[in-house]
Amino acid sequence: MSTILAQVIVGGLLLGAIYALFSSGLTLVWGMMNIVNFAHGDFVMLGMYVAYVVWSLFGAGPLLGAPLAALLLATVGIVVYFGLIREIMKGPMLAQILGTFGLALLLRYSAFWWFGANFLTLPENIVGGTFDILGLRIQASRLLAGVVALLVTLGLHLLLTRTSLGSKMLAVAEDSTAAQLMGIRPDTMQAIAWAIAAGATGIAGALIATFFYIVPTVGETLAIVAFVTVSLGGFGSVPGALMAGLLIGVIESLSAYLIGAVYKDIVVYSLFLGFLWFRPQGLMGKS
Amino acid sequence: MRRFVWASVALALVLAYPLVFSSPFQQRLGALVLLYAIAASAWNIVGGYAGQVSVGHVVFFGCGAYSAMAAYAHFGLSPLVGIPVGIVISVAISAVVGVPTLRLSGHYFSMATIAVAELARLIVTNTDYLGAGVGLSGPTVPRNIFDLSFISALPYYYLFLAVLAITLGITWWMASNRMGFYLRAIRDSERAARSLGAPASRTKLYAFMLSAGLTSVAGALYAMMFGFIDPESGLGILISVKILIMAALGGAGLLFGPLVGAAILVPLEEISNNLLGGKGAGLTFVVYGAIIVLIARFQPGGILTLIKRLWARPRKTPTAIAVPGASHAP
Repeated sequence: MSTILAQVIVGGLLLGAIYALFSSGLTLVWGMMNIVNFAHGDFVMLGMYVAYVVWSLFGAGPLLGAPLAALLLATVGIVVYFGLIREIMKGPMLAQILGTFGLALLLRYSAFWWFGANFLTLPENIVGGTFDILGLRIQASRLLAGVVALLVTLGLHLLLTRTSLGSKMLAVAEDSTAAQLMGIRPDTMQAIAWAIAAGATGIAGALIATFFYIVPTVGETLAIVAFVTVSLGGFGSVPGALMAGLLIGVIESLSAYLIGAVYKDIVVYSLFLGFLWFRPQGLMGKS
Repeated sequence: MRRFVWASVALALVLAYPLVFSSPFQQRLGALVLLYAIAASAWNIVGGYAGQVSVGHVVFFGCGAYSAMAAYAHFGLSPLVGIPVGIVISVAISAVVGVPTLRLSGHYFSMATIAVAELARLIVTNTDYLGAGVGLSGPTVPRNIFDLSFISALPYYYLFLAVLAITLGITWWMASNRMGFYLRAIRDSERAARSLGAPASRTKLYAFMLSAGLTSVAGALYAMMFGFIDPESGLGILISVKILIMAALGGAGLLFGPLVGAAILVPLEEISNNLLGGKGAGLTFVVYGAIIVLIARFQPGGILTLIKRLWARPRKTPTAIAVPGASHAP
């Protein structure tokens, strides 16, 4: 295998790890409450702007930016849950989709209004420079982002499968009335799920910001990426999101390399529509 | 009888509007209200009546707009020729998206529509035949009346009014027929409707295809009025947003809901753009987002439902209003 191809694939995997991270938040919320957050990509966008503000105020990199973004976005998640989601969940489908879609617009254009439509970037050397591993040249920022995203996603999976909090959340997802009879508060668990999901997007956003342009409308593209990832990995499955995220990262990088950067999104979106046709339950889901 | 009187008064007002408010700005505003009302009424068929929330309806709008402009730019034909082409392409796209997703829960449908709209925008932006990023233009000087290129907004006003009347007529006809009953049953409980033998997926698909075809007509009319189309004005997500919010604000699933929504929001946007200039564009959509959230949170039925409820309140006992649709033993 040529070095360039290997480099493209590694780059794709590192990007895919971040896709996996923010998509696992979407899949968690979908799996638990059967609601799709159309503002999910815009949560990531907020995380990116938090990283930008942290850098412009304190000159600090993702070491401060990522935890702060996670904390802020988790708060946003809780506020959104109690202020909006809890109510629209009882409403008709129209209200559910309009609610989060409207939220997406609100966040996107507030950012547009506040920060302007210009493309912002963090300084290229905010996380080290570029170095060689096994003959591959890899940017430190991408490596850090990919590895951290992978670890956080795995941590999230362990949280959901190995802890009592995870079991409680699973119980609410299975049958919230039964869970309530066992002394679990569905409201609290669902709020925690929103905090985790939004917090994950915060980390992902702060990490992407180190090597990606920051613009208010970036959330739309990222939301579609998350939809593709989640539908590919099977709704509600964090390991599925991880596999799918990595796969999409690689497909995106390969198509950018082989047929041109402008076509990479076309390939990914077509893949999504193709999957809805032939395997709506995802790669790992049961039919 | 009283209903008939009200309808006649409303019709007379709509017909007289551009003659009473005859400045170019007012006439243009009126035409735009009607244009968006056509698109929002078309959305209403699938979003309101069938309860399937399309957030990428601009793809059909764009099909119509691009077909009309391509008919002129590539073949020197009247943009009118593009209308049937746009309808055919739109209906085909709606089938491709609708067949797999309308069997699944409504979220899949919404996600697929947003993805297909973005896909279309990206493809058109990279296709030279469709003008790529620059777009396509219509006739600069009208060759004959079939170019539908007028300087005054007055002819557009009456043209759009006629198309809106047809759109609403089709919607009304659909809603009061077998299909309308199926759709209402499906929207209330799809499982129950299916168990009683209503062909749920097929009915939703027909509604989606009808809606797509009508939206494409709105797109073609838009392109004719502005004489120009590019990826942002023909396929940008904000057009989807406008269509959706007008229908939802006025009242999704109600015949005149989209018209009411358009009559409120189009002037609001024009005025805020005039007052705030370029800075207003971002702010307008902040307000739109807030309106959508508030509708979803407090009044999913839209303004018309709210008015109906307030109107009905003094005449009925409070219990009858608290449980609408509940059957009381005589």
